[in-house]
Amino acid sequence: MEKRKDLLVAALENGTVIDHIPTEKLFTVANLLKLDTFHEPVLIGNNLNSNKIGKKGMIKIANRMLSDDEISRLAVVCPNIRLCIIRDYEVVEKKEVTLPDTLENVVRCANPVCISNNEPMRSFFYVTDKLHGMMRCHYCNKEQKIENAEFYQLFNVKP
Amino acid sequence: MVNRSIVSIADYSHEKIQYLLDMAQEMEAHSNRKILEGKVVATLFFEPSTRTRLSFETAANRLGARVIGFADPKATSSTKGETLKDTIKMVSNYADVIVMRHRLEGAAKYASEVTDTPIINAGDGANLHPSQTMLDLYSIYKTQGRLNNLNIYMVGDLKYGRTVHSLLMALSTYNPTFHFIAPKELEMPNEYKMYCKKRGVNYIEQRDFTAETIADADIIYMTRVQRERFTDLMEYERVKDAYILRKAMLEGCRANMKILHPLPRVNEIERSIDDSPHAYYFEQAGNGLFAREALICHVLGITLDDLKNDKTIIN
Ligand SMILES: [Zn+2]
Repeated sequence: MEKRKDLLVAALENGTVIDHIPTEKLFTVANLLKLDTFHEPVLIGNNLNSNKIGKKGMIKIANRMLSDDEISRLAVVCPNIRLCIIRDYEVVEKKEVTLPDTLENVVRCANPVCISNNEPMRSFFYVTDKLHGMMRCHYCNKEQKIENAEFYQLFNVKP
Repeated sequence: MVNRSIVSIADYSHEKIQYLLDMAQEMEAHSNRKILEGKVVATLFFEPSTRTRLSFETAANRLGARVIGFADPKATSSTKGETLKDTIKMVSNYADVIVMRHRLEGAAKYASEVTDTPIINAGDGANLHPSQTMLDLYSIYKTQGRLNNLNIYMVGDLKYGRTVHSLLMALSTYNPTFHFIAPKELEMPNEYKMYCKKRGVNYIEQRDFTAETIADADIIYMTRVQRERFTDLMEYERVKDAYILRKAMLEGCRANMKILHPLPRVNEIERSIDDSPHAYYFEQAGNGLFAREALICHVLGITLDDLKNDKTIIN
C-alpha cells in the first residue's frame, strides 16, 4: 500500500526530495528554485495524499543538492517543508527547513523609502519571530511579515 | 579600525549615554576650542534641513574644524543618478567625519558600511535622528538633574513625530511614565505602544489637554499638529485648538516642569509662555550645539578626558 503511493512519483536514485509542500505553494516553489533551468530530471507531483497535511506537493530533483541560499528561500515560502537527501534510492538525510536567523538578499524590504530599495545594494533582515514569521530590516528598522515579502532580484515571484 | 559612526543611539547603554551627556556638559562649559583644528567636517544634506545643518556647522566651526558640503541635493550629482555609495566614497577622501541627512530610511546605516570615515546620522527619513535625541536627553538631564523616574508628557502629533518616537525609545530604560496626549488621528502608533508594553514601560493615553491632565508633568514635549496630516479636515478643524499649551494651564504645574519643543513652533505654545520659567524650547535648541559638538568629537576618537584637559580652549 505504502509502496504504491510512493510510486505515484517515480523513485530517485540520487538527489533531493522536497516533501510536504502545501499544494497552493507548489508552483511558487518550482519558480523559486528555477526548475525550468535544470537539465537533470525533475519530477513534480501535486495533490498527493499526506498523513501530515492532507494533500501535499512534492518535488524530486535528480543529482542535485540545494544550496544554503536556496534553502533560505524555501524557508521563506514554506517554513515547514521537509528535505530528503537521496543516495542509491535510500534517504540518507532528512532536513526540516527552518527560517534562518538572518536573511541576506533573499527578500525585499516592504518599505518603499528604505535605502535598500533605492540603491544597488544587498537587503538584510533579522528574523525576529520565527513562530509568527516576522523580520526587521537592518537598514530602516521596519518590522514586517516574512510571507508578504517579495523575493529579491532574480526571483520576482510572490510567495 | 573601529567604525565610530553614530547612526542610532537606541541601543546605547546608560553608561554610554551618560558619557555623551558629560561630554556635552563639558562643551557647554567651554564651547569655543581649537580641538578640531586641521580637521574637515563634511555636511551632506541630501535633503534640506536648515536648522540641523546650521547647528552642526556651528558646532564644527566653534571647535576649529573646517566645513565642506552641500545644503541641497539639487547641487550634487545624486540628481544625475550617482549612487549614495559613490558620493560617500568620494567625500570620504576629503573629510574626517561625514554628517549626513537623507530622505531615505537606513541611508546613514548603509553609508557607515561603505566607508571607514565616521558617519553622523543627521536624520534619515522618518527613521532616526540621534543628534536631536541627544539634545533632548541633554535638555531633560540638565533641567531635571536625572533621566530616570520622570513623568514625560508628549503632546500633539504623536503619529508622525519622529522626535517623540526616538525620545520614547531612548528613555524607555529609565523607568519613565509616559502620557500620550493626541487627537485620535495622530495618536501614538501601535508599534511604539507595543514597544512600551514589551519593556514594561508605563504609559497613559489621553485626549484631553488641560491644567488637570498636565499637573504631574516633569517634561511636556510639544509638537506641531499640521493640517496636511489629516485625512478628515473636519476632524482637523475640531481638534486644531485642542492641543495648544496656554499660559493659564501652567498654574497648577510642578515647579520643575519644563516645556520642550523641537521647533519650529507655529501656534501650539502660546507666545506669552515664552517668558515663563517653564519655557525651555529656545535653550533646548541651544543645547543642540553642545550635543553636536560632543558627537563630532566622540566619532573622531576624542575622549571626555581629552576635553577636560583640552589646552585649546578659547572660552
Ligand atoms: Zn528596510
